[in-house]
Amino acid sequence: MDLQTILDAIALGALYALVGVGVALVFGVMRLVNFAHGELITAGAYALMLANGWPDWASIIVCFATVVALALLLERIAFRRLRGAAPATMLVATFAVSFLLQSIALLKFGPQGNNVSVLPGLNRAFELGGVHVRWVTLVSIAVTAALLAGTALFLGRTSVGLQMRAAAIDFRAARLLGVRTNRVISLAFVLGALMAGCVSVLVVVQTPFVSPSFGASILIPALIGVVVGGIDRLATATLGAFSVGFATSALGDVLSSSHRVYLDSYVFLLVILVLLVRPSGLYAPFRRTTVERV
Amino acid sequence: MPESAMIELHELEVRYGAVPAVRGLSLEVRRGVVVGLIGPNGAGKSTTLLAIMGAVSPRQGDIRLAGRSIRGRDTDAISRSGVALVPEGRHVFASLSVEENLRLGLVGRRSRDGVDEDLEWIHGLFPVVQEARSRVAGELSGGQQQQLAIARALLARPDVLLLDEPSLGLAPTIVETVFEALARIRERGVTVLLVEQRAQVTVAFADRTYVLSNGELRATLTPRDAGDTQRLVAAYFA
Repeated sequence: MDLQTILDAIALGALYALVGVGVALVFGVMRLVNFAHGELITAGAYALMLANGWPDWASIIVCFATVVALALLLERIAFRRLRGAAPATMLVATFAVSFLLQSIALLKFGPQGNNVSVLPGLNRAFELGGVHVRWVTLVSIAVTAALLAGTALFLGRTSVGLQMRAAAIDFRAARLLGVRTNRVISLAFVLGALMAGCVSVLVVVQTPFVSPSFGASILIPALIGVVVGGIDRLATATLGAFSVGFATSALGDVLSSSHRVYLDSYVFLLVILVLLVRPSGLYAPFRRTTVERV
Repeated sequence: MPESAMIELHELEVRYGAVPAVRGLSLEVRRGVVVGLIGPNGAGKSTTLLAIMGAVSPRQGDIRLAGRSIRGRDTDAISRSGVALVPEGRHVFASLSVEENLRLGLVGRRSRDGVDEDLEWIHGLFPVVQEARSRVAGELSGGQQQQLAIARALLARPDVLLLDEPSLGLAPTIVETVFEALARIRERGVTVLLVEQRAQVTVAFADRTYVLSNGELRATLTPRDAGDTQRLVAAYFA
């Protein structure tokens, strides 16, 4: 595997890691695997499309505002009522919300997809030691590193972060101590939405084309990674998502062109093998004996 | 001297589905006193505490805190109103450090004044909480976790402290430590509602003890009854 392949794989892994963190944050405090997280990414991409022609900074603000507003709206009208419901009920509900939002996008923008452009300059490349590096690759890695570090600092060093961690470990006990349920859950959705907004921007820069399944196509492999890594801890979920992204990109480079059409099949085969060998998660050995979800 | 009622329950009724857990329970806990709540398993003691905290919804009746109804309020709001519960089983956050667990007690605190003084007092009550502050709470023994859970509740500086079986599963020496701490908590003027299985110790310690059975109030005992084994047994199994 050459340096070029490794760099591209890290960049895709970073994107999946951002998705994984968003999913795992909400799962931590609500026990909700939010399949509608992909539609947040889609909404961000459509917001960028609708703001086409605006200055890039304005488009990006619109993107983040849309994603955060949609996340809070979903939490308020769809998921808040489901707190304490059976996991299967919540799972089906997030599927329903996901399909509903995809259908709305389909009706509003059509199935063909639309061109969208933001920060096109980041697609320019430069040579570094014989490696062809696009700026967006470096930005993806840097943004992910900064957001993950920021999230870790927020959870580890602030009072609200501590409350989120406590709620993730034992929600009922946290409430008994006075932790504001609505605030903690809304915050998890907002943080997840900020990650989704970043993914929208970074993916649109790389692939300036948005369709109703834009976010779902990123969410599914990232979600598989989250499960493979171990969804019950933020660190393992993030590592799992990163690993699937890394493996997908690396395999895509390594496989011959005739086999590349089966890339997803190879990745899923790898996932199955991993789960057979380590059913409790790829990074299970790194976990503490007690369960911590954030 | 204690005067007004801090906690009042009026005809409280709680059900789990069709099963009644608390039936028409009326009692009051006056400001600054320790009230015991004893009874056999399934008597409704823990449910009563959970109902006060808003963690289970009463079907009927009212719950008042310092004269104001708190029925229907969110658990977190009740906690921030000056009521702290140390639940059965401690519920410390096992993967957080002792210090982080303790800091979570600040969430329900109404004022940040006097935190350092309270911490000093709490460390005096439970030195292990200070000694083990950087350790992961899950590594503590049951007795140490119980002390941490009470310390965490006290850091919220509650007007009312609800304790659900604080001696459950603890070694006798630790039980002694816990009851010594409760005596000092009483001296501070904190109102305490203590659910316990150790009937004799509780009756002797509390200013007044209610005996529950099948969700109903069966008897009210005073410390003078602690030595009257016959009366205790009769009340317990009434």
